[in-house]
Amino acid sequence: MGLQGWRNVLALKTSKNNNRAAWQRAFPVPLSHSQITRLYSRFHSLDKGENGALSREDFQRIPELAINPLGDRIINAFFPEGEDQANFRGFMRTLAHFRPVEDNEKNKDLTSGEPLNSRTNKLLFAFRLYDLDRDDKISRDELLQVLRMMVGVNISDEQLGSIADRTIQEADTNGDMCISFSEFIKVLEKVDVEQKMSIRFLH
Amino acid sequence: QEGLDIIILICMLLGISFTVWFTLLLVFIIVPAIFGVSFGIRRLYMKSLIKLFEWATLRMERGAKEKNHHYHQHHIFTIIITLRGGAEPEFDMSDIFYFCRRGVESIVDDEVTKRFTAEELESWNLLTRSNYNFHHISTRLTALWGVGVLIRYGFLLPLRVTLAFTGVGLLVVLTSIVGLFPNGRMKNYLSDKVHLMCYRICVRALTAIITYHDSENKPKNGGICVANHTSPIDVIILASDGCYAMVGQVHGGLMGVIQRAMVKACPHIWFERSEVKDRHLVAKRLSDHVADKSKLPILIFPEGTCINNTSVMMFKKGSFEIGCTVYPVAIKYDPRFGDAFWNSSKFGMVNYLLHMMSSWAIVCSVWYLPPMSRMEGEDAVQFANRVKAAIARKGGLADLLWDGGLKRGKVKEVFKEEQQKLYSKVLVGSSEDGSSS
Repeated sequence: MGLQGWRNVLALKTSKNNNRAAWQRAFPVPLSHSQITRLYSRFHSLDKGENGALSREDFQRIPELAINPLGDRIINAFFPEGEDQANFRGFMRTLAHFRPVEDNEKNKDLTSGEPLNSRTNKLLFAFRLYDLDRDDKISRDELLQVLRMMVGVNISDEQLGSIADRTIQEADTNGDMCISFSEFIKVLEKVDVEQKMSIRFLH
Repeated sequence: QEGLDIIILICMLLGISFTVWFTLLLVFIIVPAIFGVSFGIRRLYMKSLIKLFEWATLRMERGAKEKNHHYHQHHIFTIIITLRGGAEPEFDMSDIFYFCRRGVESIVDDEVTKRFTAEELESWNLLTRSNYNFHHISTRLTALWGVGVLIRYGFLLPLRVTLAFTGVGLLVVLTSIVGLFPNGRMKNYLSDKVHLMCYRICVRALTAIITYHDSENKPKNGGICVANHTSPIDVIILASDGCYAMVGQVHGGLMGVIQRAMVKACPHIWFERSEVKDRHLVAKRLSDHVADKSKLPILIFPEGTCINNTSVMMFKKGSFEIGCTVYPVAIKYDPRFGDAFWNSSKFGMVNYLLHMMSSWAIVCSVWYLPPMSRMEGEDAVQFANRVKAAIARKGGLADLLWDGGLKRGKVKEVFKEEQQKLYSKVLVGSSEDGSSS
């Protein structure tokens, strides 16, 4: 890691003893100090070009991600609309969705609005994995494409088509043959989203 | 007049100190290397260093860090951890959560990319290159570190460089001389002695403190010696305790000179660049060599690249197809004294050697494992994995199925296809009737 990189890490560490509010303003995500340092270290080790931002290739260099059938969709979630570079803030924001929801966190008010790792925001993250064109609806076509990514060549088109049709039928309540976000939430209301979409950041 | 006197005085002092220096070097280092004895100076040095590091670590007040040494078996990565309990197979929109979570987990931390960077230490060994959290703790510690720098760069480094040049120079000259002898027992005997002597000098040039275990299992003629690979120094470490036939590509420059000299004294296997691609040619030359019982055992590193010594990666099957006895060897470095791992994408060879020679010492353990042969009904890949598991277990390294080639290349498509196949089974069930509801 370059000298500037370590200066940043050092600044993060010392700011713990300084103005906590100022620090939280700079990083408005519900992550602890040591978690942020750890993620910065990881961000830097992925950033092979050492230019302070990650490209899609940097992500694809992780073998476990490269063999994940939805790897490309997940990588896409880190890049804002139309951009090719993910900076550290964006990296942290996206990862913050996966922080476990602890009970004592629910009432802490860091910034106005819901914390990134709320149940709704976790569901929104998953919804966006399906919603390829970002029009806030999952069409039959989009569902088919994502299903195709997940199963590869092992299931025939007809079978996949009927799976998609059935899924939309069950979820669609307003008859527009698409799944909107509220319909998506309804379908998954019994699923333990908090547990399934959370990861431990530090072992 | 006075100026001239002073100059003469200085020259005399330099001359005397140089002579003293060289005599000490000769007596304490080179002569023992020739005869293979040791005064135990290096071990004493190692013990004092350990005490020093323990003190330094206490001062550092490091909090609990994650343990870096895993002794687990890593199975082929599966995304689907739990199937929906017993229910009939069908698609659920929540299935995407499994993929999503595994994907993000691997972004935060994954098993593979961290094997290609140097291991993180639990204590600090007064080398800033291994301390990622270095900042000013106390004046005493910084002063100690400063003294350390002076000792390492001012005293140890020149000493080691001198020894390295001596060792390599002697190797080239003496092997060329031995090459003039007619083939026979005398030549083999001399060649062994010469090789051992020069490698021992090189070992001292690195201040390598090596502990050999189970020497009764040392490789014998007509076999292949297989070891895990962390750095080019592995060769020196193994070759200073036994005589091997080396395998490698023909290089130009200094390496080329050394290679040509070595092959005069005893038959090593050097391949031209073009020949390396031809697998049959390679296999044939290796088989011919092991078939001749008068030739030395071949030394091979099947991982194909340097790994950071916390794990053993996939062994390439080529050397396991030859059908002779395999003598596995496990090499484990102690990272407290100096990191031997060569990150070839970050540092060039010269830079790396400089790092090595300005560390405190290289401390490692070598275990000779009992010989293994391919069993009935086992193919080369299974045999390779069996050997790999034995090496990983003995050396206390993680046994990974990932390919060391991932350091540079992309992972093969086929692994992704396997994941897709697994998920398809979840969707349509493993029975072949395939009708969905």
